Amino acid sequence: MLVVLGLAFLALPHVYANQSLLFTMMTFIALAQGLNLLYGFTGYLPFGYVGFFGAGAYGMSLLVLHAGMPALLAVLGGGIAAAAVAVILGPLLRLSGAYFSIANLATSQILYLVVANPALSPVTGGPYGLKIERVFAPEAAYLTMLAIMLIASAIAIFFRVSRFGLGLRAMTEDRVSAEMAGIDIVRARLIVWLVSAAIAGLAGSAYAWSISVYYPQAVFGLQISVFAIVFALFGGVGTVIGPIVGAAALYALYNAIGITVPQYFELIYGFLIVVLVLFLPDGVLSLLERRGIRVL
Amino acid sequence: MQLLEYALVGGVLYGLFFSLVGIGLNVVFGVLRMINLAHGQFIVLGGFGAWLLYQDLHLNPIFGVVLAVLGAVAVGIPLYWAVVPRLQQSRDPEMLSFILFFGLAQMIDAGALLAFGASERSIPNGTLGAGSLGILGQAFPDSWWVAATVSVLAILGLYLFLSRTRLGYATRAVMANRAEALASGIDVDQVSVLAFVIGLALAGIAGVFVPFLLGSVSPSLGDALTTTSFAVIIIGSLGRPLGTVVGGLVFGLGTMLMETYFSSWSSLVPYALLVIIVLVRPAGLLGRAVREA
Repeated sequence: MLVVLGLAFLALPHVYANQSLLFTMMTFIALAQGLNLLYGFTGYLPFGYVGFFGAGAYGMSLLVLHAGMPALLAVLGGGIAAAAVAVILGPLLRLSGAYFSIANLATSQILYLVVANPALSPVTGGPYGLKIERVFAPEAAYLTMLAIMLIASAIAIFFRVSRFGLGLRAMTEDRVSAEMAGIDIVRARLIVWLVSAAIAGLAGSAYAWSISVYYPQAVFGLQISVFAIVFALFGGVGTVIGPIVGAAALYALYNAIGITVPQYFELIYGFLIVVLVLFLPDGVLSLLERRGIRVL
Repeated sequence: MQLLEYALVGGVLYGLFFSLVGIGLNVVFGVLRMINLAHGQFIVLGGFGAWLLYQDLHLNPIFGVVLAVLGAVAVGIPLYWAVVPRLQQSRDPEMLSFILFFGLAQMIDAGALLAFGASERSIPNGTLGAGSLGILGQAFPDSWWVAATVSVLAILGLYLFLSRTRLGYATRAVMANRAEALASGIDVDQVSVLAFVIGLALAGIAGVFVPFLLGSVSPSLGDALTTTSFAVIIIGSLGRPLGTVVGGLVFGLGTMLMETYFSSWSSLVPYALLVIIVLVRPAGLLGRAVREA
């Protein structure tokens, strides 16, 4: 399946000219998948997921600007930067449910307000953003994003089939029993949290590399979290294919109707969320599962 | 010292207003155990209501308070029956309602944007009294005093309702323990509908004063208002409506002091307070530590 996905995004630029659309679609598949790793397998819904995306973008750009690193290495650095942020935010995992989501949202806002603060302009560019156009390389960035998307999906497959993933699901179903069965809950949760953050960081880095000139709002906008959540929910969290299908389908829809009048799209996906929660809390792929078709 | 006094007086007024901003969210959470993530959007709608009254009907925006209550009844009752009973039967009501109300918030955002456009709408300050009232040598516009007074009245009204009326007792019983309240013959659905409507009405009333205290109202304010409300009620502990006043005051004073001394960092206040409080005391400053974090 990974091969199909990879080949599809390798071949598509040759038949469809709008490469930046494909690039953004891959970005959202990677993000939806990264969010799925956390929400689908541990039940923590990170509303501030965009914080890691932004941390990756800024981490990558600052490494290029201030340390003169080659872009590809800096992308890795961005992923590490996001994971480092996740380590600092580790205590948030003590919170449950909505507390976690809102506290996480608040931390992403804090990151944004710090990065965009005029007082830090000499380092982060403050509200004026950053320019890394001297490492601009759209082809390389496209392939990097493709790799990140595939890595995220590969990890989702691993969660889906391995003992580790089984332990995670046991943990979500019944924390106490899972603990009794010898699953180290704290460690497992922290690992997933770091992996999920790193995926968002890598995606943010590659995104920054691709657009190369951006304002803080472009990589810290709440809209990015929102899209990742909606896309993942729409396809079905806790599966591998769900977030891919959700992100591809809804992002295509967004492009068809959303670019000119984004409000209509916002109205539609707001409505979609309400309907999904009420009638299809496990996503559209659960329709297949109800008919007995197993979905990876 | 002048600066400090300004910050303190302003902080109290601002804080009382933010108690009102947050309290509706807290009432809904207390009774339904659901977080209305569209709370900020309902505040924004209240603000647009007041703006329309002023702009099209040339009425005093204070009538927006009446409009907010009527609107809350008209929207709240059907909305409650459409989504809440179904959610409460689902496998994870807390998280799913959170997501559902988030979807609703997006719809309201989009609807408001289509209806009113993205520009910021303001109402001249003079419409709520042209003068300014001073205390400790610090003058604040009348609109701030009106907002603070209405906030105090609304919260006092809520307090009297909860502590003096039969339905108020029932409401507190449902807050304390839903299952036992049901078992002792309380009409939990009736209480919940009422609490939901009260929550929306309080949000709408707070919205009326948004154009004055925040300078203007626009569709994009909703999410920030929701997060701020959440910070305010977390400080005063979730599910305890009157603790919200403490939360509002802490938030108001914190913001005003930061604005006075480190203005570029003041927008961090609600978020930083929120994160610190949930990590240090998840039950809130006044809360009893009953919840497992």
